[in-house]
Amino acid sequence: MPSAPVRVILPGMLRDLVGGVAEIEVESPSESQTVAELLDRAFSGHRILDGKVRDERGQIRRHVKVFVNGEDATRGEGIGARVPAGARVHIINAVSGG
Amino acid sequence: MTETIVAIGTRKGLWIARSADRQDWTLEGPHFLMSEVASVAVDTREGRSTVLAGVKSWHWGPTVQASTDGGRTWTESAQRALAFPADTDTALERVWQLTPDPNDTDVVWAGVEPHALFKSTDRGEHYELVRGLWDHPHRPTWEPGFGGGAVHTIVPEPGHPESVLVAMSAGGVYRTGDGGQTWAPSNPGIRAGFMPDNEYPEYGQCVHKVARGQGEGELFAQNHNGVYRSHDNGATWDSIAEGLPTDFGFTVLAHPRRPGVVWVVPVADSGERIPPDAQLQVQRSEDAGATWRQQATGLPGHSYTCVLRDAASLDAADPVGVYLGTRNGDVFASADEGETFQRIATQLPDVLVVRAAQLA
Repeated sequence: MPSAPVRVILPGMLRDLVGGVAEIEVESPSESQTVAELLDRAFSGHRILDGKVRDERGQIRRHVKVFVNGEDATRGEGIGARVPAGARVHIINAVSGG
Repeated sequence: MTETIVAIGTRKGLWIARSADRQDWTLEGPHFLMSEVASVAVDTREGRSTVLAGVKSWHWGPTVQASTDGGRTWTESAQRALAFPADTDTALERVWQLTPDPNDTDVVWAGVEPHALFKSTDRGEHYELVRGLWDHPHRPTWEPGFGGGAVHTIVPEPGHPESVLVAMSAGGVYRTGDGGQTWAPSNPGIRAGFMPDNEYPEYGQCVHKVARGQGEGELFAQNHNGVYRSHDNGATWDSIAEGLPTDFGFTVLAHPRRPGVVWVVPVADSGERIPPDAQLQVQRSEDAGATWRQQATGLPGHSYTCVLRDAASLDAADPVGVYLGTRNGDVFASADEGETFQRIATQLPDVLVVRAAQLA
């Protein structure tokens, strides 16, 4: 039985890079997937986003946050955190800088 | 009609000044507002109007942007144009330097943080790590300067495509004679006064900038305390600091046609990073550093700012234009080789890089 897709919501600063796309719907292959797997799928059609959210080692950039169902995944297991089917995932630019 | 452009990279974006006569200027920008622009190259080879910029968003990381219309519109590769290979387990922090190669019009060099050199053979669309420098046994011992550890200076040798010099803070000067496969430190004569025992180590010097002069094998270097000249393409270095108000500074510029003509922008001291006597100035030598004279007409007194290592540039016109950007957001231009300056931009964020060129 197919699992509910994950909704990845982009911050305004990244939407301009992908023609105004605000949200990417990602199929969930099973009951859950890791943040890394989710981002691989979400960015497969929007390659420019990958370099913005992750560095070339695949790590989430220091001033970027990924929230899974309202919880900051970058504080815990990071790219290894599990994302359940049907989750809402927000990519957020951290409140930092000067 | 020839147009002079001055690309001004700052802590919070890129501006471009344009002029048909180098007297009346217009200022465009910002591009990449709120992103740091630490490196710019204006590629005029084969009549191009290409501008490359090393851009870093505090949120979205570093990248290289390109313009083929003299900086009016910009594009970014959807794939990462410049990235460390997976086996290095390293992430790019910042692009510090972009240098079009004088011997091959398709080659662009990039110096980055952490200390590494990249090479593009497709005019800056994609870059590959130069393994010879990355694998150098000294690399783990190169220390970051205050601004970070980076290859910040790349000096190819016209007529000798296998010969390239790089400089690092703090690692010193390294040279290759085989196109980048092997590298050796080349700092004889350059003092590292901050070292506790041996002030003339093989490497580890804090070289701030190197510029190629027009004399045979002529190079000039501004160091963290020390100004030097080489007559042998960087194999050895001699102090030319005598006659300057201070031996500290960040940048050095060499005349594009006249041997021995060189400018530095003196800074009072390592611990006092303001102009000497609070007078913003350049110092010019016409005899390869044997004697110096101040040029400050049009530059402010009572100035407590600083000109960083890449925040100065020459153009290629006759007479040569001299351009300075300051940490308090001013840009000054001289159309007469530094004799007189005018302010062409003000109230910008702190200026990190200035690059001037004539576009066809």
